[in-house]
Amino acid sequence: MTYLRPAFAHPDLPRNELGYTRKDYESALSTLCAGCGHDSISAAVVQACHETSIEPHKVAKVSGIGCSSKTPTYFLGNSHGFNSVHGRMPSVATGAAAANRELTYIGVSGDGDSASIGIGQFAHAVRRNVNMLYLVENNGCYGLTKGQDSATAEVGSRSKAGSVNQLAPIDLVSMALELGAGFVARSFSGDKAQLVPLIKAAIAHRGFALIDVISPCVTFNNNPGSTKSYDYVREHMNTTGHFDFVPMHQEITAQYPPGSSKEVTLHDGSSVHLHKLDDTIDPLDRRSALHALQEYKASGKILTGLIFMDEDSQDMHQVMNTCNKPLNQLTQSDLCPGNRVLQDINDSLR
Amino acid sequence: MSASPIVNDLVIRFANVNGTGSASANGLFAKAVFRMGIPVSPKNIFPSNIQGLPTWYEVRVSEKGYLGRREGLDIVVSVNPQSMPQDVRSVREEGYFLYDNTKPLDIRLQRNDIHYIGLPLTRICLAEYRDPRQRLLFKNMIYIGALAALLDIDFSVLKNLVQDQFQGKEKLIAPNIHALELGCQYALEHFDCPLGLRLEKRDLVGDRILMDGNAAVGLGAIYAGATVAAWYPITPSTSVVDSFDKYCKRLRIDAGSGARKYAIIQAEDELAAMGMVIGASWNGARAFTATSGPGVSLMSEFLGLAYFAEVPAVLVDVQRAGPSTGMPTRTQQSDILAAAYASHGDTRHVLLIPATPKECFDMMAEAFDLAERLQTPVILLSDLDLGMNDHVCDPLSWPDDRVYDRGKVLDAEQLDELERYGRYLDVDEDGICYRTIPGAHPTRGAFFTRGSSKNEFAIYTESDEDYAKNMDRLVRKWNTAKSMVPEPIFYPRSEPCRIGVIFFGTSTASTLEAIERLAEESIRVEGLRLRAVPFSEDVERFIEEHEEVFLVEQNRDAQMRTLLVNELGVNPQRLHAILHYDGMPITARFIQQTIQSQLASADTPAMDQVAEGGR
Ligand SMILES: Cc1ncc(C[n+]2csc(CCOP(=O)(O)OP(=O)(O)O)c2C)c(N)n1
Ligand code: SF4
Ligand SMILES: [Mg+2]
Repeated sequence: MTYLRPAFAHPDLPRNELGYTRKDYESALSTLCAGCGHDSISAAVVQACHETSIEPHKVAKVSGIGCSSKTPTYFLGNSHGFNSVHGRMPSVATGAAAANRELTYIGVSGDGDSASIGIGQFAHAVRRNVNMLYLVENNGCYGLTKGQDSATAEVGSRSKAGSVNQLAPIDLVSMALELGAGFVARSFSGDKAQLVPLIKAAIAHRGFALIDVISPCVTFNNNPGSTKSYDYVREHMNTTGHFDFVPMHQEITAQYPPGSSKEVTLHDGSSVHLHKLDDTIDPLDRRSALHALQEYKASGKILTGLIFMDEDSQDMHQVMNTCNKPLNQLTQSDLCPGNRVLQDINDSLR
Repeated sequence: MSASPIVNDLVIRFANVNGTGSASANGLFAKAVFRMGIPVSPKNIFPSNIQGLPTWYEVRVSEKGYLGRREGLDIVVSVNPQSMPQDVRSVREEGYFLYDNTKPLDIRLQRNDIHYIGLPLTRICLAEYRDPRQRLLFKNMIYIGALAALLDIDFSVLKNLVQDQFQGKEKLIAPNIHALELGCQYALEHFDCPLGLRLEKRDLVGDRILMDGNAAVGLGAIYAGATVAAWYPITPSTSVVDSFDKYCKRLRIDAGSGARKYAIIQAEDELAAMGMVIGASWNGARAFTATSGPGVSLMSEFLGLAYFAEVPAVLVDVQRAGPSTGMPTRTQQSDILAAAYASHGDTRHVLLIPATPKECFDMMAEAFDLAERLQTPVILLSDLDLGMNDHVCDPLSWPDDRVYDRGKVLDAEQLDELERYGRYLDVDEDGICYRTIPGAHPTRGAFFTRGSSKNEFAIYTESDEDYAKNMDRLVRKWNTAKSMVPEPIFYPRSEPCRIGVIFFGTSTASTLEAIERLAEESIRVEGLRLRAVPFSEDVERFIEEHEEVFLVEQNRDAQMRTLLVNELGVNPQRLHAILHYDGMPITARFIQQTIQSQLASADTPAMDQVAEGGR
């Protein structure tokens, strides 16, 4: 069942640049388990989209199958959504993005969806640099099929049923970095202060933007032995430094000591401010990012934040040199060469 | 050779080594016959290999306009020592064997019942050319030149063809013509030209064209306004996208900016290709993919999604011999059931079955209209024979007043006028509902597309009632489709007939020829060519109205019969299947003989008696 939220909106609700309230970005009530990390991510998406003032209908949501992939029903109700098949969201998103380069694409996937059945499609969406936000709601297990270990579960991680995972995990963040992704981040569903600006920056980024969000499954994976539980993540989290996202029309606040900050302008004119806390990481350098990831992993810590960003990467449409007008808006007169040309072709075949 | 010459009725086979440039020379031969105004039908018989294995090119020339394959090789041109023993054996009695006699013929290859024509191809090339590559390439042109003398091909036709072929590479024209002349000269000097088997100019092809089916499919996609092609390479479908690409580069580049009004994405596999097509179609672009059997297997899950979520999609299946990898470079019509019912659960897909390149073009354009009108996958079922061989067919045409039919799509204005939008509300009671495209309206018309059960307002549901209602509506839509898809073509006879034959796709030319040959023996047969699934009532009527009904298929298991039985509830005993499945295109003789022998057996064959053509 899907519960509809009451349509009533308080007149005093804050409105964004376009005059939309947060309500305009909400959707049906979630049917996930109470406390599921995925719901916090949905809330973060709502907040980020409201704050960045994107028109809700200019967003298209695409997902695979899983508890995580259900969540697009629970945010941005005024946007079209497509809950496709297990592990194949990347291809559907790629086709959609090819058809209309003007919409914002939010892909939602799970760790089963992206690191197992869909790992091939995930890799190729990265490689093609599809202009999209790719959210992995990573709980280290298959929520919807009742808690089996997923390929992102750490060695030694214990499922609720008591089994201990012995296989090395696949880290989608390292993989995306290796494959050349232009925006790679990791966050935690319980850390909205970090997640919301990351989502905003990812949306503003042109090209493929991965945010791997650790998102505890309260039903199957929030037990003491799990490395994707709330407690474990809170204890082992380490951030890359503070970071804020500044939309193009907003003034930059000078809260941080200027000496330790770096500003990156995104293609739409907005900017990202990186406040370095740790000299080992330069999010503008792929090798340093990879190195840092490994270092933290070796010391049993989870590195979160914006791990790597490259604003100059060429997205799929730039590589393909497609016209500016979205392909789905070209008309018959743009596309059909007409009978005269066909008769010339006939002549060449005689 | 005193008997009167046989004119414009022969089959010639070229035996070459793959990757030696023989294809363009052999193509030149077929085209020359075509330009002499004589119906011609070339077939590639090639290995699944890039270089080194034997490859054959078989050309049937038929004054009567019979364009199916015919058994019995009148002439074999042997340029491949490796396949020589087999090639010698393949010549019919009294036929001709052309070979390179630079080295003497192995005495084991001597037959008394055929004519040998020795051409010192290697010797001529060694004397003429220094560069080993030229020696290899021009060898092909030399035997074509010899054939010009032997068969009396108009030399100026050949010359013009060479000029056309090397447009833009003018330097190559003179040496190629010279090579043709060398061969021609040698033949004239050493043999009694022309042979008893020869060609004569006619005016039998009119304004028709010579084209392969895959090129026509790609061009059809251009005319239909397809903007997204996603694909994964597989023989024999690859040249569909090659053709689309070629014509896009010519016709779809913005003159000012050089930007492309199309996107071709080489996907990581067929699964992804189908996903991209669905994503693009969902988002309002016309998108397609082309594949063959193995790809269709992989696309199944997605085809079910598109069926159930009602997203348009166009899929071209250029069939090859299965199962599994089967014979990747041989033809078959064996994906019928896989395509018709692709995916789990109750699914049915619209199939279009072209028989000529012209129909490939027309049906590809039609496929996009149908997919959008019906909001469902439409599968164009071609095959290797149609897709990769040149066929003589009517010229292509496009009525300039034709308008794309994008089906039931609501725009912002229409959404404003609606009280409440329901994506799966059957407002018109034809099973087809109204869709909206992402981004159409700020607050109205957005919905969630999903492969799980939903109610009329696209809300997820597990209600048994809602689920069944939706499934029943899809049947209603299927019934609506019956009146939209191309109708079967009836080939009547003036006198009443108790025998009927049903056929489709690349069995057409041979079946029509068989019908004529049977008529010559006073066996009158009417024909019905299927062009689409779902079947129209005409198909049922045809079966009812004929006492004996034969069904010609190029697969082992009579897949079309299964489909007819399943879809129309026909008594299986009413359909006598004629099955050919060795990977070579079916011939008229096979069809004729099977029909005759089945008719001859006292009782007509029972359902389990099917004639099989596999070797
Ligand atoms: C082809 C296919 N195989 C298996 C399934 C069953 N299935 C549904 S969801 C799922 C795993 C989901 O795990 P994940 O992507 O991590 O999502 P989560 O539920 O944990 O958020 C599986 C195996 C399916 N829907 N389709
Ligand atoms: S099973 Fe786990 S992942 Fe699924 S909704 Fe419940 S808590 Fe969330
Ligand atoms: Mg999971």
